[in-house]
Amino acid sequence: MDQSWKWTHATKIPSDTAVARELLNQLLLKLEEFGWDEQETFGIHLALEEALVNAIKHGNRLDPNKEVEVDVRISNTHFKISIADEGDGFIPEDVPDPTAQENLESPSGRGIMLMRSFMSTVSFNDVGNRVDLSKERNSSESELI
Amino acid sequence: MPNYERIEVNDVDGVTLVRFVQRKVVDAEAISLLGDELFGLVEGKRGVKLLLNLEQVEFLSSAALNKLIVLDQKIKAAEGTLKLCGLRPEITEVFVITRLNQLFDIRDETTAAIASF
Repeated sequence: MDQSWKWTHATKIPSDTAVARELLNQLLLKLEEFGWDEQETFGIHLALEEALVNAIKHGNRLDPNKEVEVDVRISNTHFKISIADEGDGFIPEDVPDPTAQENLESPSGRGIMLMRSFMSTVSFNDVGNRVDLSKERNSSESELI
Repeated sequence: MPNYERIEVNDVDGVTLVRFVQRKVVDAEAISLLGDELFGLVEGKRGVKLLLNLEQVEFLSSAALNKLIVLDQKIKAAEGTLKLCGLRPEITEVFVITRLNQLFDIRDETTAAIASF
């Protein structure tokens, strides 16, 4: 997509959720700066919270020697982020559907579905240790790749 | 009455009314503490009637939802009842997307929720 990005940022952060939250707050401020409204920002916030925690806790298993690589691009109309951890990855299709009746009471598995619900696209690399998320303004439909 | 950091607790007409004091329920340590405080309210008690008022909550992650699910299981196992009220529209949307609105009894307003026990 030919996109005129207003702000791009590539960084590596340690496997520390407090550091991830600082980065997330920085991104949310940028979205606000570029005119994204509260409702759209809420969805991105939720999706990124889940993606970053997944990378740090489930991917890198809080290993202080491992990092999470983040590449983010923001324009007035598009948001795109890539989050890669150093873990072994996983198969997204193997995560049980948390909305299935038999899984409703299971206290796990909702992070990925929240990402898919609030972003326009969500895709994982073959290994399952990198997730790419994008959001178009005024688009709430998720497209699985 | 114990001191709580993450919740306010009141007894209203035999219902334990719990208000979350945090606007954002995301930090792992905070969620863990929140879970401990909530579980402490119900452990060892049978037939507890617990109403969680979430009107302060602007944001919560799946980790926080998981705590609520475990709380619900603990309360049901002891023949008690858990209800939620005061959810903001965006928080309601999270419950609808995850279909947790089918697991939890969610009410609009506190007084009516208390009367419904």
